[in-house]
Amino acid sequence: MSQSDERAGAATEAALPTRSLERETVDRRPRGRGLLLLIGLATLAAIALLGVGWGSFAMPPATIAAMFWRRIAGETATASWPAAWETVVFDIRLPRIILAALVGGALSQAGSVYQGLFRNPLADPYLIGVSSGAGLGATIAIAFGLPMRWGGLGAVSLLAFLGALGATVLVYALSRSAGRASVTTLLLAGVALGAFLSSATTFLMFHARDAFHAMHIVGWLMGSLALASWAKVRVLAPVLVVGGALLWAYAHRLNVLQLDDEQAQQLGVPVERTRVVLIVITSLVTATAVAVSGVIGFVGLIVPHAVRLIWGPDHRFLLPMSGIVGAAFMILADGAARSLLGSAELPVGVVTAFCGAPFFLYLLRHKKRGVY
Amino acid sequence: MGKLGIRLAPSALADGRATLEAHQVTFSFNGTPVLNQVDLCLEADRMIGVIGPNGAGKSTLVRLLSRLLTPAQGRIRLNGHSLASWRPADLARVLAVVPQSPELPPAFTAWELVLMGRTPYMGWMGQESEQDRAIARQAMEETSTYHLANRLISQLSGGEQQRVVVARALTQEPRVLLLDEPTAHLDINHQVETLSLITRLVKERNLAALAIFHDLNLAAQYCGELVLLDQGQIAAQGTPHDVLTPPVLQRVYGIEVAVGVHPQNGLPVVFPICGSLSN
Repeated sequence: MSQSDERAGAATEAALPTRSLERETVDRRPRGRGLLLLIGLATLAAIALLGVGWGSFAMPPATIAAMFWRRIAGETATASWPAAWETVVFDIRLPRIILAALVGGALSQAGSVYQGLFRNPLADPYLIGVSSGAGLGATIAIAFGLPMRWGGLGAVSLLAFLGALGATVLVYALSRSAGRASVTTLLLAGVALGAFLSSATTFLMFHARDAFHAMHIVGWLMGSLALASWAKVRVLAPVLVVGGALLWAYAHRLNVLQLDDEQAQQLGVPVERTRVVLIVITSLVTATAVAVSGVIGFVGLIVPHAVRLIWGPDHRFLLPMSGIVGAAFMILADGAARSLLGSAELPVGVVTAFCGAPFFLYLLRHKKRGVY
Repeated sequence: MGKLGIRLAPSALADGRATLEAHQVTFSFNGTPVLNQVDLCLEADRMIGVIGPNGAGKSTLVRLLSRLLTPAQGRIRLNGHSLASWRPADLARVLAVVPQSPELPPAFTAWELVLMGRTPYMGWMGQESEQDRAIARQAMEETSTYHLANRLISQLSGGEQQRVVVARALTQEPRVLLLDEPTAHLDINHQVETLSLITRLVKERNLAALAIFHDLNLAAQYCGELVLLDQGQIAAQGTPHDVLTPPVLQRVYGIEVAVGVHPQNGLPVVFPICGSLSN
């Protein structure tokens, strides 16, 4: 190396730190996040397409893609597959996949919101009474064989929805004093009411008319997507899409709430009102998801953690990404639930807990960033 | 943010100066009086130092002035409007607080934390603009924290965290700045740096400021006006020379002190007389 080269090298080196700092910080925009979300969505679509192929009999992905193409393009040429396959794909498996994605996405977003709102890593969508309320509602409907129906939803879904909302309202009302609900009281009231409602559920289970009803209740409490239908998708989709968008709009305020309440207030975020709005939207979203799928555990707990560990705690990214990852995870879990036992089917909650719990323990042991 | 109120937007206030007045403010906590009939006026270009023993009501005063608490009696007015009538975001654009040892989320970066100061200016989707980033950057440069921008909060020392919080308050572009012991965790060089910065900003940006001090001598050096609180009441008020006198300090703090003068600027310096606990 000649002397002048050496000098040039030294000059570049001296100039480097400032220049790189400059570049990093002048547009210290969270770059590439939009791209990551798009990649996430594409992966989700691919998983969904694969998921349609799984089940009691498998179909090759290429055939499924061809089926979709035929529908979209409106081709009239004779198909190379049995007509029954189309019924299976479009009337049975597709609504189920979409429902799985919606439920998984909703529960994961709800979990992210509650973990942020309560600044508590153990928070999940069921934290303040949704699951126990829904469980009791569904159990009443099953145990007494209630016949009500509304817009494609049966008595089980309707009572589960009402139970979930009722329990949340009750928890909130119980923990409220002097116009505010402290987070600790809210959590404690949630635990206490949850225990109470669960004992009522268990009581009803023991009084079920026969073993079939008892099994039905247990299956519902574990969560299952077996009763998926387009009617359910039509009810669920608007609630979850609108709810998810609203939650996303609150993402920055959730970031500010990671400071304490006083600082958030001093930064212009009306803490109490924001908290109430977020609890209302999250409860509605969770209650709707639970109403059609039962109490599917662990998704809403571990997906937000995983996303936060990988991409950091900014809710503006955390919320949409949790939704995408949760949707993909639920499609995979439901696929496993459908195929593992051959002809019979597992409640999907068994799969999510079976995969989720060890993964969660792994994360606990390998926590890199001080996330909490 | 839509402006639907009849009140003028804060930016439209005359030449960006602000006044914050407390009139006969009284506050009690569970029946115990904490502040009693306090009168105070914060005006642009001035920093008032608040001193007093532990439990005198200093932090409560800051909480009342920043609307975290509501006075039981008395009024607080910001630019002539009752503090209670301000919308949260409008208030945060005019008034910023540097709290005492605030709880900070460990997994956010210093940059993300400072940008939170722009919250009252962000739209409802909470996306920051190029201008927001420029303002945050300037605030970090002024508090010499810009080199820490990419660090996680958990990787910062107490002093660095404190300066980052000052940067966040500046990012709010406030007219009124309330500081609860802004130098509590700082070494002497950062104490001087931070307080010099704040006094410079008070002049340059016409801020109305109030700072709580434990260190009487720092208060005397940086504040033209001191307010000495004792058991919720103003025990003395005026220039450092008026307030920092042996009889007054002895009465309030219960120890004997000697008061000298700073060799270079003639401001009072308080020396405790050790081992002389009177009573």
